[in-house]
Amino acid sequence: MDILYKIFIDPFVQMGTAPDLLVQTLWDGLVAGVLYALIALGFVLIFKASGVFNFAQGIMVVFAALTLVGLHEHGVPAFVALGLTVLVMLVLAVGVERLMLRPLVNQSSIILFMATFGLTYFLIGAGQIVFGGSPKVMIASDLFLPSGAIEFKGLGGFVSLQKIDIAAVIIASVMVGVLAVFFQRTRIGRALRAVADSHQAALSVGISLEQIWVIVWFAAGVVAIATGILWGARSEVSFALQIIALKALPVLVLGGLTSIPGAIVGGLIIGIGEKLGEFYWGPLLGGGIENWLAYVIALGVLVFRPQGLFGEKIIERI
Amino acid sequence: MLYREVGQYKTSYAADMAIFPILQDRIGLAAILLIAFVVIPLVGHDFLLNTVMIPFLIFTLAAIGLNLLTGYTGLLSLGTGGFMGVGAYACLKLTTIFPHVNIVIWVLASGLFSAAVGVLFGLPSLRIKGFYLAVATLAAQFFLEWCFIRIPWLYNYSVSGAIEVPLRTLMGIPVTGPTATSLTRYLIVLSIVVVMTWVASNLVHGRIGRTWMAVRDMDLAAELVGIRLLRAKLLAFAVSSFYCGVAGAMMVFLWYGGAEAEVFAIDQSFLVLFMVIIGGLGTLTGSFFGAALIYILPIVLREIPAALGLPVHPSTVEQLTFVIVGVLIIVFLALEPNGLARLWQIGKQKLRVWPFPY
Repeated sequence: MDILYKIFIDPFVQMGTAPDLLVQTLWDGLVAGVLYALIALGFVLIFKASGVFNFAQGIMVVFAALTLVGLHEHGVPAFVALGLTVLVMLVLAVGVERLMLRPLVNQSSIILFMATFGLTYFLIGAGQIVFGGSPKVMIASDLFLPSGAIEFKGLGGFVSLQKIDIAAVIIASVMVGVLAVFFQRTRIGRALRAVADSHQAALSVGISLEQIWVIVWFAAGVVAIATGILWGARSEVSFALQIIALKALPVLVLGGLTSIPGAIVGGLIIGIGEKLGEFYWGPLLGGGIENWLAYVIALGVLVFRPQGLFGEKIIERI
Repeated sequence: MLYREVGQYKTSYAADMAIFPILQDRIGLAAILLIAFVVIPLVGHDFLLNTVMIPFLIFTLAAIGLNLLTGYTGLLSLGTGGFMGVGAYACLKLTTIFPHVNIVIWVLASGLFSAAVGVLFGLPSLRIKGFYLAVATLAAQFFLEWCFIRIPWLYNYSVSGAIEVPLRTLMGIPVTGPTATSLTRYLIVLSIVVVMTWVASNLVHGRIGRTWMAVRDMDLAAELVGIRLLRAKLLAFAVSSFYCGVAGAMMVFLWYGGAEAEVFAIDQSFLVLFMVIIGGLGTLTGSFFGAALIYILPIVLREIPAALGLPVHPSTVEQLTFVIVGVLIIVFLALEPNGLARLWQIGKQKLRVWPFPY
């Protein structure tokens, strides 16, 4: 009975008696969720348009952040460095399309997935050779990102919000909004959606697959830059950051591999669920459940909706 | 010229359907076994046995396990590391509780535990497919990893939190533990891998293997022709995890001689997946080729600068290895998406018709 009480009643009692902690946890979860959603967004962009499950998104985040910081270290002004980083991601997108996707066109998805592993290895090695393996500090203040915290009194205590987190939420929302408009309203966006629907049909109406692939990989690269800056500002820029790609996977399948809104909702569910679970139920199991809770949440949802919350319904025909 | 089946007539169905119908293949296999069992132990020194052969064979076994699941049944799994860990920890617990039973039996028996865990985490595969399933198996990977760290009972409450392999003997000869020679360990690993490869080969060429392949090619159609998906998929998970579990137990008991939970982290799962895909999905020979390429290539690459006398810093070599392996993965996939096993087949075919193009 005691254990049932601890699982089903005690956490909610705690939530009721200390609302400030609850709000703080929810906020932490929201921020984590938004950042997961950003990475998941990079995955979704590429998956929608080319059917490639791009494992390299995590290392692209690190690579972008390292390029930015590395350039700044060599005396390039922050915003020029940012522009150059965008250029580097463009070069990377073109390179990936020419050297990786073209020879592998029409291969099964697991082969393409594997190829992105090759890309991951390549970027890890190349990144370490060029920028060195030691962690770096993100140039947050040079990019006019705020630091410090705002504290709110009330709710029987106080809630503190990091300014960088607020900035992260705003930047992420803006990016998602811009991407949504881009996908829905522009010519290229329509072409992207056509390619996502059917490669063959898109080709037959004169859409260039090569061009589209470069564009989506570039868009994913830009998302990676934003993610890299925000994650980097919260902790530090190191190769350990690439494991956040693994964190984005449950977000991705929870929302559905093909859905942009899914990536965002999935991110929020996982982020908030993870923090609440760790804070209120974690101590029961000895802590550290953050590492697998997200996957178990995703697994639970998938059993009931195999295509994720917002994914296209999987129709199978013989 | 030498490799030609002219004049080798088959008089029975069984002979015609043999796995190695050509005499030269059988001779080749016998030669490989001879080299593995006799020549390498005679000439091999500790470096070759410990750093190259034992890990290569262990990874091969893990790759065969994953290949049964991913290559033959079409279920993508990223939980290999976790399942290997279950094998290792099960073996430790078994040999602690029953210290007098032969350790080889426990290495094999620990696979059963891993098979049970595999079946449990395989259950969602009935509804979830493709990459969605891969992420679902990640739940197994991370959950198991967490268990290895957080449950002290699993590692016998040792202070370091690591598995400490006790000394166990087989007919008076130390097999595991610090005093076991690399030769004994090599021979045991080799025997287990050979026997289990033979079993796997019989499995995939028989009814069960055909069921799996039908499920892989299209599970809906397989169901319609009367294959029970539940059984087929769970059996694939069980057998695959069994192989991975044995590989994991061997990895700790016969190779490392002690290991922490990090050994069974997600990287291990990815490594084995590379081997399976580079080697060739749905081929047993491919598992050997894949393990050889992915495991031995970095070792060779690391040795090259030293051998050539180039003054390169070790960390640079490490990074260059990453770059080269990454590029090679993409190059191999572009050259032959069906893996090294397919290249091998093409080579054999060319040899058969040589000197004619076809």
